[in-house]
Parts: sequence; C-alpha cells; structure tokens
Amino acid sequence: MDKEDEELFVPRLVTTEENFASGHRACVGCGEALAVRHVCKALGKDVIIVNATGCIEIFSSLLPQTSWRVAWIHTLFENVGAVVSGIEAAYKARVRKGKIPATAVKFVGFAGDGGTSDIGIQALSGAMERGHNFLYCCFDNEAYMNTGIQRSSSTPYGAWTTTAPVGKKSIGQMTWKKNMPEIAVAHNIPYVATACPSYPFDLMDKVKKGIEIEGPAYVHILSVCPTGWRCPPNLSIELGRLAVETGIFPLYEVINGEYRLSFDFPELKPVREYMKKQGRFRHLTEDVIERIQARVEEEYLKLKEKAGVK
Amino acid sequence: MSGEKLGWKDLEIGAVVTEPGSASAYKTGDWRSERPVRENEKCIKCGICYIYCPEACIHEDEEGYFESDLYYCKGCGICAHECPRDVIKMVEEVEE
Amino acid sequence: MTKGKIVGLEGSFAVAEAVRMVNADVISAYPITPQTHIVERLAEMVADGELDAEFICVESEHSAMSACVGASAAGARVFTCSAGQGLELMHEVLYIPSSMRLPVVAVVANRALSAPLSVWCDHSDAMAIRDIGWIQMFAENNQQAFDLTVCAYRVAEDKEVLFPAMVHLDGFYLSHVIEDMVMPDDKEVTGFIPEYEHPFVLDPERPVSMGCYGPPFIYSETKKAQEVAFENTKSKIQETWKEFGDVFGRHYSPVEKYRMEDARIALLTMGSSGETAMLAVEELREEGKDAGLISLRLWRPFPFKEFRDAVKDVELLVVLDRAISSGMGGPVCSEVKSALYDKRKKPNIVGFIGGLGGRDIPVKGFKYMVNRALEKVKAIERGEEIETEMIGIRE
Repeated sequence: MDKEDEELFVPRLVTTEENFASGHRACVGCGEALAVRHVCKALGKDVIIVNATGCIEIFSSLLPQTSWRVAWIHTLFENVGAVVSGIEAAYKARVRKGKIPATAVKFVGFAGDGGTSDIGIQALSGAMERGHNFLYCCFDNEAYMNTGIQRSSSTPYGAWTTTAPVGKKSIGQMTWKKNMPEIAVAHNIPYVATACPSYPFDLMDKVKKGIEIEGPAYVHILSVCPTGWRCPPNLSIELGRLAVETGIFPLYEVINGEYRLSFDFPELKPVREYMKKQGRFRHLTEDVIERIQARVEEEYLKLKEKAGVK
Repeated sequence: MSGEKLGWKDLEIGAVVTEPGSASAYKTGDWRSERPVRENEKCIKCGICYIYCPEACIHEDEEGYFESDLYYCKGCGICAHECPRDVIKMVEEVEE
Repeated sequence: MTKGKIVGLEGSFAVAEAVRMVNADVISAYPITPQTHIVERLAEMVADGELDAEFICVESEHSAMSACVGASAAGARVFTCSAGQGLELMHEVLYIPSSMRLPVVAVVANRALSAPLSVWCDHSDAMAIRDIGWIQMFAENNQQAFDLTVCAYRVAEDKEVLFPAMVHLDGFYLSHVIEDMVMPDDKEVTGFIPEYEHPFVLDPERPVSMGCYGPPFIYSETKKAQEVAFENTKSKIQETWKEFGDVFGRHYSPVEKYRMEDARIALLTMGSSGETAMLAVEELREEGKDAGLISLRLWRPFPFKEFRDAVKDVELLVVLDRAISSGMGGPVCSEVKSALYDKRKKPNIVGFIGGLGGRDIPVKGFKYMVNRALEKVKAIERGEEIETEMIGIRE
C-alpha cells in the first residue's frame, strides 16, 4: 500500500456514532448537514447544543420529531451566545451549590453566517468577552439560505443572491466578505479556527481542541450550499476543497493569539477554478475575477505573515 | 406517531421532544432521483464515501465494504464524485 | 398577624432581598433606569457572598432574557429585571419561556417609552407586552413588591404551572422610594419556596430537544396546550396567595377591593397610584359619594370572574390608564370593557389616561376623574359619544 492509500483509510478510524441522525431534511448534497455530522462526531454525547434559527434548526427539528441524539435547544435567531452563556452559568452555579455533580459536559453554540456575523454578533461578542466556557460553531454557507438566498455580510464579493441580484448596475454582492474569525480573534479568546467538511479530520480535530480548551472557542466552518451557490450537489466536497486550495477560505488556527496555517500551499490555485463551477459567480467578467484574485492573494499573504510562514 | 395525527393533549410540556433521534423514522430516500450503484471489485474499503455522506447513511458491511442505506440516501452523488477508485456510479431511479 | 421585623427599604432593595431569600442560581441583567438599584444590590450580594449565584452582566436586555431562558432550561432558578426600552428590546424573547414552559421570574420597574426619552414611570412598557403569556402581577407598594416576587417563584415553578412570572412595580414611585415594610426571616421564605425541579432539563444523560420547529400541522396544537395550561394557573396563583397569607399574614387577591362593600362608583387603578386613589375615595365619601377602589393585582391571566364579581353592583366604573393604546384609548379600559361586554347588568365605564412619563396624579386628580365621569355618564345617557380624556394636560 502506498502512502496515498494509507491516508485514504483514515475514515475507518472515525467513530461510527452518529449523534445527528439520518432522516434530516437538509437539501440534497448539503455541506452544512455534513459539517454538523462531523462536528457531532467530534463532540460526542456529553454536550448541550444551542442552535440558532436557520437551516440546521429547520431541517433537524420538525415537530414532533428530532434529529438530535444529544441535549439540544433552539430559541431564537440572534441569541445563541446569550443562551449558551445562561446554560453554562446554570451549570456552574448548580455544581457549586451541590445540586448536580460536576461532569465533563460541554456547551456548544451552532449558528449560520447570518446568525453569527449579522444578527447574532452582539450576543456572541458578549459571550466571548465575558469568557464563558463554550465552543461556538459558525456554519457559513455565505447567505441567508433558509429564507431563500439573501445576502449576508458573509456573502463573498461578486456573488449573486436574491437581495444582491445581478443587474445593469450591479455585479451582485458589492462588499467584501466580513472576516468573522478575525473578529473572534480580536476578543482575545484562547481558540479560533477555520474549518471545512472537505477536510473532515482537520475539522474534527479543531472542534475537539475547541471543547477541550478552557474559555470561549470559535470555529468558523465553510459549508457549501449547492442550492444557494447554484452548483450540482455532488460538488459539495470539491468546492470546499477548492475554496481552501485557492486561498479563498484558508484553514488556520489561532491558539492564544498564535496563528498557525493548517495547510499551506506554495502555489494557490486560481480563484477562477473555484468560481466557474458555481452559478452564483457565472456573470462575473474577467476584470472582476482578477480583482477578486488580487484581493485573495493579498489577504492570504497577510495571513501567512501572521502565521510566520515565508 | 406522525405529527398530523397528534392532538394537543399528546404534546409534552413546552412541546419538548423526548425521543432522541426520532426523526430517523423519516424516509428521505423518497427524494432521490439517482441512486448509487457500487462495483465492489474495485473498492479498496477506504471509507471516503462514508465520511463525506451528508445523510450519514453509508455503513460498513460484514466484509468491510460500504453500502448506502436507500431509506435515507437522497442521491446527492457526493460518494460517487469523491470515490478515489470510481467504485460508485449514480444511475437514474425509475418508477417501478 | 404578620411575622418579621419592620425595616425601611426602597422597592428595589426589597425585590433584591426576595431574590436572595429564594436563593436564585443565575441572575442575568442589563442596567436601565429605574431598574438599576435592583441589579446593583444583587451584584453586591453576589460579590459579598450573601447570595451564591452566577451574575451574568449581559450586553443587552435581549441577551438578559435569552440567558435566563438558557439557564432555566438547564435547571437553574433565574432572575432578571428591566424597564421601559429594555423590556421592549426583550420583547421577542419574552414569548420563549412562556411557550417553552420555563419558569423565569422577572421584575419590571415600569417606565415610559421613547420618544421623547423618559426614564419616569408609566405603564406603556407593561401594556406593550400584554400578550406574552407570562403570569403578570402589579405591586402597589414595596411590601407587595417583595411578597409578590416571592410568590412569583412559588407559582412559576409549581409543577402544575411552569410558566414565567413577572412582577410590575412602578419605576421611582416604588423602586426608589423608601417605605416601611415587614421583612420576614430568611428561613420562612426558604421554607415557602421548594427546590425547583422541571420535568425536562438540558442534561446529556437524558437528552431532549427543546424549541423544535412547528409547521402548520402542529403549531396550533402547541398553542392550545399552552393556553389551556395558562388558564389553569389562576387557581394555583390564588392557592399560593392563600398559603402565603397563612404563613406571612398578608393576603392577596387577583382583584383588590377598597371600600367596595356598598360602592356605586368605583375607581380602577394598577400599581402605586392605588394608594393615592384610596385617599380620593375617602374624600369622595366625605362629600357623600359612595365611591370605592378596585386594583388589579393579577393582570395575566386576566381574573375575569373576580373582576365581574367586584363590579356587579357598581353603576360607574372610572378607569385610569397610565398608557395609551394609540387610536384605541386606554388599554386597561378596553380590556375591562371587553371583560364585561357579555354581562346584562354592567356599569357605565369611563376611561381616563394620565400619569404618563412620571406625571403625578394627586388626590384631586382622581376626584376630578370621578366628577368628570359623572358628567360623561349624562352625555352617554343623552346618546352622545364620549372620548377617552387625557388628564392634567396644559392647553
């Protein structure tokens, strides 16, 4: 067996436990459902998940049934940071007062990019600033997919959405993607990482680090959305891989302020390879693609500098 | 019980759902327009298809091969696209 | 007879004492005038180790209530408090504990709503949240603010109730005014409040899903279940007040009556203005008018039966609203009218709006309302339309 084949066999080492059950109603080929599956494998049973309103909540919790095999709560769209703060505080108080035994329970927030970088940013910022012991996973599919592909601050430049449509005077999204992981880093929390289910072992490793570290942890997970990105559902994994290989969505960790690139590519693939496979970028002209290429390279260089990579 | 038949007295307090993973009763296989078909002679039993399935519906059989549970498989084709040995082909579902 | 020692306390500190005595586990609050003294006192208690609780200094009222929801779902006894704009920012979250059946307890130091900005008392904030599905009570003085807060925990956490409960006390009039009150021993309050146990908590050992999605085929059933359970809380509230009276010697009713035995004219108020209205009743009596006073102690669930009984012999009901339901008059007046609509025999009802944004209503203000209402009844009898009048307004 050659080395490449050895790497291929890694999936066999992953737990077969599925705490996010089959029978969920995510769209065909949903990268977010896959990301949730990977995250749940890494979290195990001893967890309480707080879920924002959004695709995940809708496709997993249609009454009177649930896809969750772990303790799970959803209340509203923008308050995951606050609800998880309350749960963590309740645990601390009740253990201290002898009402429940101390356990290894972990507190985890789930939200989409809108629930994180737009409407939920305040509650999340508060929870990170106060230093609650929790992990927050942002499942970033780069628009409000649950309501029908409306732009968020996490939608990439040039992408078509229903509220950033392409027209005579518009190329679609006219703003650059908000850098949410950097906003998390600015809170001086002990752990921040980016991840993508196209790299499942890296993702699971980061989630485990996030729950093991004491204090707030933030993992930003790029989740390919075939419905909203206008691509065939079988490309979910390939597009995630291309987002990383082009430098559009670099995978990295920031542990106590120290940056570390999870994968470094001496040569980035051209962004065109990633974009041409998606209907949301189909309208872009060469000059716009070149502008995006330049921006991606610039941002990637900045990141490499922070990580001390030449 | 399916939700359409539940009366208001059947609900738990606060509409809490107490049976973990009960949604696994829901058959998402009906959504499928293509199904994965395997040529196991080529399969190296790596498990790439298993790890990339958004439905968590690919399981290892007794011989170490992987099989899609068609009760859940939505036919996305990720397994076929990602298989390093081209073991899996997506074929059109036909009405029986 | 009442037990305990007489102390002089402002309403805010009285509430904080109640929260300390019930031994809350998690307090989550955001500061807003005139609620601040409550959170400041609680923060001190936690800092001094007088109260063993997690105090979460959240970044907004929306998060204050959200953290309470999370903590309550995780099995903790929780507390928050707010006022005016803060309650409005919380609005969306207020529906969550009632529909998810989490016994969050909140105190509101009632405050006007902007614009223009006003930190002073009226009931606009309370009236904007009538339909949130919480048990809601109004305190008339600091003793009641304390007693009702204690009772709120006992009722809310009762296994047959499991609804959130809110105590309203008038901002500044009560929150910042020192009054004599009877403070019971900690032990007596502790004995009155059993350990909190919810049938479903977020626990990895027994995983449940809370707050699932309700499509049209099942949403209505969830609301029916909630509404039936909410109506059933009335008897538990009264039972709790009875037991509270037996232990502490102070008795509460959903509808409080003052000199109503032979009254033909009744004033109706909520909150601290009741005590001024009592003085007005005395003066009206001296002038030969058979006046009395009704105070709504329980606002939600609305005490239909007790209210109808209270006004059954009344010929004129004069309602003071400290809020406006724009384009509809006074909200309390609208509600009491609708509560009596089905009754063959019912009083004439005349509503006034006053006391907005901290404007005092003196004794003569209540007397004015009664005398104006008598004139308006004549107009009604002549078949004329009458309008809700705002009192004490300069032309």
